[in-house]
Amino acid sequence: MIEIKNIHKQYGETVALQKINLAINKGELFGLIGPDGAGKSSLMRILMSLYLPDQGTATMSGFDVVKDYRKIRQITGYMPGKFSLYPDLTVEENLNFFAAVFGTTIQENYYLIKEIYTQIEPFKNRRASKLSGGMKQKLALCCALIHKPEILILDEPTTGVDAVSRKEFWEMLKRLKSLDITILVSTPYMDEASLCDRIALMQQGNILAVDTPRALTASFAEDLWIVSSNEIYATARILEKLPSIISVNSFGQALHLVTRKDEYTGESIQRFLSDNSEINTTIEKSGATIEDVFILLMNDQNAKSN
Amino acid sequence: MNRFRAFLKKEFYHIFRDPRTLIILFGIPIAQLLLFGYVMTNEIRDVKIAIVDHSRDDLSKRLTQKILSSGFFKLATVPASEDDYERLFKSNKIKEIIIIENDFAFHLINKGKAEIQVIADASDPNTAQLLVNYTTAIANDFVKDEFLKGQNPPGINIKSRMLFNENLRDAYNFIPGLIAVILMLISAMMTAITIAREKETGTMEVLLASPLKPIQIILGKVTPYMILSIINALMILVIGIFIFKVPVIGSLALLLGEILLYIFLALTLGIMISTFVSTQLTALAISGFALMLPSILLSGFIFPIKNMPVPLQYLANLMPPRWFVEINRTVMLKGGGLDVVWPNTLILLGMSVLFILISIKKFKIRLQ
Amino acid sequence: MQNRTEPVIIVKNMVKKFGDFVANDNLNFEVYQGEIFGFLGANGAGKTTAIRILCGLSSPTSGKMRVAGYDVYHQAELIKQNIGYMSQKFSLYEDLTVYENIRFYGSIYKMKTSERKARTEEMLKKLGLTAYENRRIGDLPLGWKQKLAFSIAILHNPKIVFLDEPTGGVDPITRRQFWNLIYEAVEKGITVFVTTHYMDEAEYCDRVSIMAEGKIVALDTPINLKKSYNASNMDEVFLKIAR
Repeated sequence: MIEIKNIHKQYGETVALQKINLAINKGELFGLIGPDGAGKSSLMRILMSLYLPDQGTATMSGFDVVKDYRKIRQITGYMPGKFSLYPDLTVEENLNFFAAVFGTTIQENYYLIKEIYTQIEPFKNRRASKLSGGMKQKLALCCALIHKPEILILDEPTTGVDAVSRKEFWEMLKRLKSLDITILVSTPYMDEASLCDRIALMQQGNILAVDTPRALTASFAEDLWIVSSNEIYATARILEKLPSIISVNSFGQALHLVTRKDEYTGESIQRFLSDNSEINTTIEKSGATIEDVFILLMNDQNAKSN
Repeated sequence: MNRFRAFLKKEFYHIFRDPRTLIILFGIPIAQLLLFGYVMTNEIRDVKIAIVDHSRDDLSKRLTQKILSSGFFKLATVPASEDDYERLFKSNKIKEIIIIENDFAFHLINKGKAEIQVIADASDPNTAQLLVNYTTAIANDFVKDEFLKGQNPPGINIKSRMLFNENLRDAYNFIPGLIAVILMLISAMMTAITIAREKETGTMEVLLASPLKPIQIILGKVTPYMILSIINALMILVIGIFIFKVPVIGSLALLLGEILLYIFLALTLGIMISTFVSTQLTALAISGFALMLPSILLSGFIFPIKNMPVPLQYLANLMPPRWFVEINRTVMLKGGGLDVVWPNTLILLGMSVLFILISIKKFKIRLQ
Repeated sequence: MQNRTEPVIIVKNMVKKFGDFVANDNLNFEVYQGEIFGFLGANGAGKTTAIRILCGLSSPTSGKMRVAGYDVYHQAELIKQNIGYMSQKFSLYEDLTVYENIRFYGSIYKMKTSERKARTEEMLKKLGLTAYENRRIGDLPLGWKQKLAFSIAILHNPKIVFLDEPTGGVDPITRRQFWNLIYEAVEKGITVFVTTHYMDEAEYCDRVSIMAEGKIVALDTPINLKKSYNASNMDEVFLKIAR
């Protein structure tokens, strides 16, 4: 459905996208996961034909992003980074406008947005600027869907929005899959990655990995240990002294310690800890989360470029 | 105090690191100073006139000579007959006619008094007044020079007539000019700002990403302002005609047609500006300085263009309002028709086409 | 870590109304010296309003509040001198260099030049930014900016530092480096008042309060909250409360 081949984009000296290759299948819920500066927005704008790539080609549903931009703009729904609807128009007026621009009416495709729209319908006469963050996202999603697009491109739709609204938004996206719409979403939140069919981890213009979330976590090449204690920070300082560890990072109220595969056992680490401190700690081996995968890949990447 | 000093220092850093601020702080005052300095002048130079000498005697010829060598006046043409006067004024060929009576020398020497008639084009009352004053001064000078001895030098009686604006009503002057200024403000500035606003708030991104064609976006933006501008123009005309009693001697249809053309031009100018800017503030600044000021200063609305230094005259010729104000005056106050104003009309049309072409070329179908 | 006998923030019956709308509805809580206090809630719950009042930026409608030992109504200026503030939306001036920013904020907080210079050197060395002293902030990557902004916010050793979503959009490694900086600050005795949308960061806090519709609906340690709401992490707690 979406084919990206060797896309390269630069702004002056800064390289936003380094020869990116990616293929997204029809009906997939695909996530671009990465922090600011990863290149997610640049890639999405190229796909939306709003930016021109410096090198490489991309097609959306077979249409070239450079030559067939008119066709692409008819078949995609787009939600750009910051809230981009008309603040001085009401909810209903915004929706009517976008429906008309795409040559349709709210009634015609109402079934598409019904579940989402009913949540904001009580506010349909309120000006868009006076909506809460969560409601703005819902309205923007409705406006992007109203013309039954083949592809939905959503640029960080959940950024800056609280955890409840984020969860609701992703639930809405999952339901949209049943309508056979291909969805490309970007987000800096690693925990949202597991909600996608497949994800691409991006960092500074590079794709670090592409796969299903499950496959990525399963492919974690090293050993991961969850270390709990009452003094996380101090424990981390000690673990840093463990020879040839890969990383130790805080994850909530515990630490994730990453060591080279089979280099240590739980007991040997426990012994090291008790030898070096009085703190009570527990340690258990664990599978990795997407965030662990990301950190590992980031460290690899940084090591390569140094 | 240290805090305050630190804050002050920071503010200076911000100012000097932003080139746009520097332009506004230093560039614009200097430009304005120069502009105003050169534009606001009560001197005249090389004004086109006609002289009708009914006497053709020694003295009248010397008076003519003095007038034409003063540097203030230039002989543009010789009228065929009295019936020709109005045509010459209407077609903007001359700004003043000096008519020297029969037996000029005889009256001066023997009767101690001779008469000169001065007809000035008062569709621009400020200039007309100036012209009459200068003419009078030259005439009086002439008499003093010619009749050095004598205690009672003769006098020249100047009978002046302000054509097209007998009572030198100011409204005759400012209504045509005001139409130009206000329409430029509404049509050009507002259009530039509203398109810039879409860019600034990010909604332009969503519009571009939709099937809306750029021409639809532009037309959609421009049409409301066109309607509003027409209403405004009509309002000014109505107030001018009925409250300020400004006449419309020429064809009303022609006048309205020209106004429509001017509105169209202002809109295309606004669109063109919007293709160069990305924020409303920039749109406002450019429209304000690049449009409003010249509309007022360089359109001939207040200060006669002929009196400005030549470089400024060239600059004025680049300003649409300069051509439009002339059309207005000619049609409204002098009754001139398309046969007279066609060059101006053509220029306005040409400018519009130019702006449209530039806009089409520059309007980006993408974000960058 | 906590010194329960010394609250640095005391909030009693805080109310803030905007016309008829009640943004803060009778808030009561205390924050103790050396704590990491998480202040969570959905957008529009009233968090930003409360923080602005505590920072001395806004006056409450009613209630008794003391911050860093000073009264919010009459001693707002003294409060400002004794706190630090950093937010995601704005941290440092983009067109000034690292050094110029530090000097500016240093003098705002009336730091003696010698003191400021010493701490600056120390801070830049720790962050690895000594070579970048004369770079414009705008040229630095986001992660560096945020860490630098935090360090500058505590340069004058305030009693409390208020952090408003400080790690938005930053990569996972930098986020954790940021929190390491927070831990170090706490070790020096600074109290940290932080809001965040990352629920795992809520777990780093000593105590967490959750606001909904202008009221505080939960306030406890993350462990106790997870027990009370039968949740395995703060994300679940939040979802159970805030829905």
